[in-house]
Amino acid sequence: MSPIAVGALKVFAAIGLMLGNGVVLIYMLRKVLGRLHLRHGPMEMGPAGMFQTLMDVVKLLTKEDITPRAVDKWLFRLAPLMVFVPSLMAYAALPYSDSWRITSLDSGLLYTFAVLSLVPIGILMAGWASANKWSLLGGMRAAAQQIAYEVPLLLSVLPIVMLVGSANLGTIVEAQQGTFLAVLPRWFIMNPLFWPTFVLYVIASLVESNQTPFDMSEGESEIVAGFATEYSAMKFGLLFLSEFSNGFIVSALGVALFFGGWSLPWIPASWYAAAPIIGPAIFIIKTYIGIFFMMWIRGTFPRVRIDQMMQLGWMRLIPISLAWIVFSGIVIKVWS
Amino acid sequence: MSETVSGVVFLAFAFATIGGAVMMLATRNVVHAAFWLLEVMLATAGLYLLLSAEFLALVQVLVYAGSVAVLVLFTIMLTLRRREDAIRPYEPGWAAAILATLFGAAVLFAVERFASQLPPGTMPASVPDLALFGQTLFTAWAVPFEIASLVLLVALVGAVWWSGGDGS
Repeated sequence: MSPIAVGALKVFAAIGLMLGNGVVLIYMLRKVLGRLHLRHGPMEMGPAGMFQTLMDVVKLLTKEDITPRAVDKWLFRLAPLMVFVPSLMAYAALPYSDSWRITSLDSGLLYTFAVLSLVPIGILMAGWASANKWSLLGGMRAAAQQIAYEVPLLLSVLPIVMLVGSANLGTIVEAQQGTFLAVLPRWFIMNPLFWPTFVLYVIASLVESNQTPFDMSEGESEIVAGFATEYSAMKFGLLFLSEFSNGFIVSALGVALFFGGWSLPWIPASWYAAAPIIGPAIFIIKTYIGIFFMMWIRGTFPRVRIDQMMQLGWMRLIPISLAWIVFSGIVIKVWS
Repeated sequence: MSETVSGVVFLAFAFATIGGAVMMLATRNVVHAAFWLLEVMLATAGLYLLLSAEFLALVQVLVYAGSVAVLVLFTIMLTLRRREDAIRPYEPGWAAAILATLFGAAVLFAVERFASQLPPGTMPASVPDLALFGQTLFTAWAVPFEIASLVLLVALVGAVWWSGGDGS
C-alpha cells in the first residue's frame, strides 16, 4: 500500500478508538459515579442500561444545531474542531504495544504534551465566540489553568526521561520490563524515586485534561457549563468527546510512564509473539483502570476554587517539580 | 516522501503562513488577529517539520502556539472592556506608512546585500535525534544556553517583582 493510504488508515483507526472510547467512557462514568453515589445509574436501555449511550449519540446527532445570533460565527464553528483535532493528534505517539503504534516518535512524550497544549486554545476560542459571560469565564479559566499547569506537567515527567535517556514512549515502556525478586514488576511506580513524580503527574494531568476536581472551565455550579454553554447537538458532542478522549490520553500516558505500558511481567514473552493482540489489550485495560481511578477522584473530591488552584500551581507544584528534577538528577548520576 | 508530495505540502504551509500573516494585519477584530497569529505559528511549525526539525517544530507548538498565543489572547480579552471594542476602526496614517516602507526597504536591502555572502546550507545525511541534540546543546553550546536561561530567570524574577506581592 502507498504510504499515504497507510497514513489515512492509521488516522481512521485513531478516530475509531476515540469515538469508541467516548461511548464506553460515558457509560462507565455514569455507572461508576452511580455506584459511588449509592445509586444504579442508567438501567432502562438494554441489559444494565448498556445501550443508553448509543441512544444519547443518536440524540446528539439528530438534535437541532442552534447557532445563537450574537456569536462570532466563524470562531463558533471552528472552536469544536480546535478542541477535537489536537485531542485526536495525541493518539499518534501512544505505544499500544511494541509493534502496534501509529508512529514511533523519538520525542513522543514532548509531542503528546505539545498537541495537548493546543486543546485549551480551542476552549478559549469557544468561550470567546459564544458571546456569553459564562462561556468567556470558562474559556479564560481554561487558558489560565493551562498556562499554570503545563510547566509542572512537563517538568514532573523529566526524571523518567533522565533515567531512560529517551523521550520515546516505546523506549520508556521497554525500560520497565522484567521483575524485582521474580514477583514485583519492574515498573517505574515501584521505584521510590518516582513516587513524587507520580503524584505531581497525577495532579498536573488531571488539571490539563480538565477532569472534575479541577474542571473550573465548566464548573456547572457557578458558570452553567462554561465554554460549552451555547453549544448544542454535535458541536457539543465534539467538545465532550474531546474531553473524554483527553482523559484517556493522560491515563494512557500515565500507564506508559509508570505502569509498564503493554507489558505484564507474569506473561511469558512467547505469548506476545503468538497473539499480538495481548499487548494492546493489556495496555487498554490498564488505561481503563487508570480512568476508573480518575472517576473515583471525580466522585469523591469537591471542586477546588480557581484561586486556590492557581496558587497550588504557581507557588507549590512548579518549585517542587524543579527541586525534584535536581534531586533525581543527582541520584541518577550517583547510581549509574 | 516524494518530491511532489513534499512540494505540495510545502506550498500549503507556505500559503498558510503568509496568508495568515496578511489576514492578521487585514482583520479589524483584534481577537481574530490573535487567532490568525496562532495559525501563522502553527503553519511555521509545519514548515520546520518539513525540514525534519522535529524538536524545533514541537517547541514551536508548545511555546509559541501553546503559551505565547494563549498569553496574547488572554491579554486582549482581559483588556477589552466591552465586546464591541474588539473591532477597531481602520486608521491609516502617514507615519505608519513611512515606517512600514522604511522597514520593508531595510529588509530588502539586507537580503539583497548579505544573502549571497551566507555559506550555502547543506542538509545532514541523517537527522540528529533528540538525545544528540541535547548532548550538543549541553556541551558545545553550554555557555550560550546558560546565558539564555539566566536572561529568562532575570525576566521571571522581574515579572514577579513587578506584579508585586503583599510586601511591596
